[in-house]
Amino acid sequence: MKYSARTLFSQALKGHKNWPEQFPNKEPQKDYDVVIVGAGGHGLGAAYYLAKKYGITNVAVVEKGWLGGGNTGRNTTIIRSNYLFDESAGIYDHAVDLWDGLSQELNYNVMFSKRGVLMLAHNVHDVQSFQRHVHANRLNGVDNKWLTPEECKKFLPILDISQDRRYPVMGGALQMRAGTARHDSVAWGYARAASALGVDIIQNCMVTGIRRGKDGAVEGVETQKGFIGAKKIGVSAAGNTSVVMDMAGLRFPLESYPLQALVSEPVKPVLNCVVMSNAVHAYISQSDKGELVIGAGTDQYTSYSQRGALHILEHTLMSICEIFPIFKRQRMLRSWGGIVDVTPDRSPIVGKTPVPGLYVNCGWGTGGFKATPGAADMLAYTIAHDAPHKINAPFNLDRFVGGRLIDEAAAAAVAH
Amino acid sequence: MLLIHCPHCNEERPELEFAYAGEAHIVRPNEAEQAEMSDADWSKFMFIRDNIRGDHAERWWHAHGCNMFFNAIRNTVTDKFTMTYKVCQKRPTEHQIKVAKND
Ligand SMILES: Cc1cc2nc3c(=O)[nH]c(=O)nc-3n(C[C@H](O)[C@H](O)[C@H](O)COP(=O)(O)OP(=O)(O)OC[C@H]3O[C@@H](n4cnc5c(N)ncnc54)[C@H](O)[C@@H]3O)c2cc1C
Ligand SMILES: [Zn+2]
Repeated sequence: MKYSARTLFSQALKGHKNWPEQFPNKEPQKDYDVVIVGAGGHGLGAAYYLAKKYGITNVAVVEKGWLGGGNTGRNTTIIRSNYLFDESAGIYDHAVDLWDGLSQELNYNVMFSKRGVLMLAHNVHDVQSFQRHVHANRLNGVDNKWLTPEECKKFLPILDISQDRRYPVMGGALQMRAGTARHDSVAWGYARAASALGVDIIQNCMVTGIRRGKDGAVEGVETQKGFIGAKKIGVSAAGNTSVVMDMAGLRFPLESYPLQALVSEPVKPVLNCVVMSNAVHAYISQSDKGELVIGAGTDQYTSYSQRGALHILEHTLMSICEIFPIFKRQRMLRSWGGIVDVTPDRSPIVGKTPVPGLYVNCGWGTGGFKATPGAADMLAYTIAHDAPHKINAPFNLDRFVGGRLIDEAAAAAVAH
Repeated sequence: MLLIHCPHCNEERPELEFAYAGEAHIVRPNEAEQAEMSDADWSKFMFIRDNIRGDHAERWWHAHGCNMFFNAIRNTVTDKFTMTYKVCQKRPTEHQIKVAKND
């Protein structure tokens, strides 16, 4: 069923009792052309683009838990593309291009809201580094502009720009094309659209092994629901990528850390954009429901626990109140954690692996929600062509041998 | 917050006193070995990590305590420590870890 004002109206007349299911929950067939491991936004999106762009519809997405229950459903949904390096500009801006038309493309409202992301500068180093970003972005055609403290205040009225504070606002970098989207809708929208094109979505089915033939190429995956044959396998398992890659005998340059977020009780609209501060280490936005959505930092140790420590949250809230004393009395509703897969240069790995027929999309770490459509598109391209697109070619595994790192870690010194 | 037993202080202290220092038992190659090493060997030493789901051998630093480094076996699913030991000691065998768990 195509969602539209008319279907909404006619369903309303029937008391909303006749909406068809958005996609069927499938049991696995014997084999597929492509099996995608992980039904996060990236994996579901890859399945959708495989079917839509390359006509490869004999595809299954195999998920150990429930659809979108990984980092896709746990993140703070910040979308931006003002990264420093040319390679990053390529992949993140490609994603923002796709975000732009995604609701129409999927016939599903992903609520992409270009409310702007404002990154605050609090010291000379911040000012210089952000201005360098603004210039590098301009050369790459990526939207980003420098604001004086007064311009920041005009854009974000609740900001205190008095210069006698512990962390005065010395300016900011504003990307107006940036913003937020509704995370669940992204997973559901891709799932529904992929499913309509013939993709099977199989939940509650953990992949426990990768079977390989005599020539080393993949033959399929062992799962909790038995063996599923596959000519090609795309792994998009975020925090669990090392575990899945180990099944094919591969060791990866990844470490998995807990990352937490929390939301407050809902309040009236007060925060009209996303605000990030590297120096104070805080980032915050307000959801359409009115909750303040706050992201924390990672815990210091690797873990698969999907929970983090309380002192990390305390530190985060102290930082938020440092920038916005107005939020001091705000009560928090919920907090949770996800497991993020971090590479040594904080840039993702999207491409082929040394195992024939095995492809990977991982290493998005603390900041891959924004890349969802772009990463999915690139993974689909790489699987369909058995070769990377020029946008994801630099994000190969070999860079950790050859040394051509894409060191956004040093460039941005912040998670998102 | 984790509670961590420092084998030097012989005391259990809150995580805030400690800094995590990554996978344990990664030995820096000596000069003779370095001369022989390929790019792939360097990559392994620099970047490739076990990152296992299970019992992980890792290094900790009692930064706000005795200032000493030590190693630990911690389960990365439960975050529970099985044992901590001094850096000069060998990596515990699976059997030793099992015995320690039953203690
Ligand atoms: C608290 C938090 C805040 C964040 N904030 C932001 C932000 O503001 N902006 C941003 O851009 N990014 C953010 N991120 C990062 C972002 O969430 C991720 O990079 C992105 O969602 C990854 O998408 P994915 O589809 O690859 O992963 P996931 O949604 O995690 O999907 C991977 C799926 O693989 C499944 N899986 C794993 N192992 C197996 C197996 N063996 N068999 C079958 N299935 C398996 C998992 O269950 C999971 O559903 C944040 C992350 C967290 C945790
Ligand atoms: Zn000590």
